[in-house]
Amino acid sequence: MPIHQKVVAIAISLAILIVIIELVRRRRLKEEYSWLWLITGVSLLVLTLKYELLVWLTALIGAVLPTSTLFFFGLIFLILIVLHFSVRISALSTQVKNLAQEVAILSATVDSSRGEAGPRGR
Amino acid sequence: MSKPPTLIIIPAFNEAANIRQVVRGVNESVPWADVVVIDDGSTDKTFDEAVASGAFVIRHPFNLGYGAALQTGYKYAWRNGYELVAQIDGDGQHDPASLLPLLARVESKEANLVVGTRFHADSGYRPTGLKRAGSAVFGAVARAVTRQRITDPTSGFQAMDRSVISVFQSDLFPHDYPDTDVLIMLHRLGFKLAEVPVKMRQRGAGRSMHSGAAPIYYVFKMFLSLLVTMLRKDTWGPN
Repeated sequence: MPIHQKVVAIAISLAILIVIIELVRRRRLKEEYSWLWLITGVSLLVLTLKYELLVWLTALIGAVLPTSTLFFFGLIFLILIVLHFSVRISALSTQVKNLAQEVAILSATVDSSRGEAGPRGR
Repeated sequence: MSKPPTLIIIPAFNEAANIRQVVRGVNESVPWADVVVIDDGSTDKTFDEAVASGAFVIRHPFNLGYGAALQTGYKYAWRNGYELVAQIDGDGQHDPASLLPLLARVESKEANLVVGTRFHADSGYRPTGLKRAGSAVFGAVARAVTRQRITDPTSGFQAMDRSVISVFQSDLFPHDYPDTDVLIMLHRLGFKLAEVPVKMRQRGAGRSMHSGAAPIYYVFKMFLSLLVTMLRKDTWGPN
């Protein structure tokens, strides 16, 4: 791996790691979501520092170029994280639905009891 | 014989022109029942019209979908101890007079859930091609799985007892559009299903929720939810 490529790769992986940790520190990113991103940052760094590992991985999955291996894992990671978000969104929409129903029932109940018990309704 | 506490759920989304008439019809047909209108975040005067009709009105803060609107009704019924629940669409297509045979079948304990079917000689229902084809296919699936005569599984005109309500008020019930998948789920949970022919009218004012590209998505969604319903192993203990 040419030194030029190596420097760029290390710089990018370090930047990713720093941004993630900074986001968690500022509470902009929940720890729950950070681990996937941290794993990405760390594996990028490891693969850059230990080029033999990338070559070994390339042979393992039957790819020809180490670059393809990187793209392959990058794509898999993106698919996984998007799938993870879809699952979260499904859960969130169920929670939002339940909350909205709860609010609707409660406010209707409160309004009607006010109407009956209060001096002159609303 | 005194009637068990009965609730009629009317889901309504932008049905200001029809809702008052539907509530009046329900009050005339089943005077002993309580009526709750679920206004699913309508942007017209549905809420005011429903309140003026004298029904108890629950208004969603925003549009949640037909299934969620029904479920709000189930939750309300569940918490307030209703033994018998029927649902009738707020657009005036269902004839409130048909509530009586629906409720009677549940009350007599012949079935836990009764579906009002529109495909009957004198039902007055004239479905269009795609709708008819869809109902035929899903009806066939429902029959094959439940080994019961369910000709119109897409009908929103239904009556049920409290045991079914306990399932429907849980997260097992879908938000968007409850359908054949729900009937099959109930069957697999051991509930008894039945159907009763009901009268249908042509729509009053307003727009159907099955329009535009929705039917294509609907068919896709039904096949998927039928498939996963068959693969699931939902369990439901007593409460």
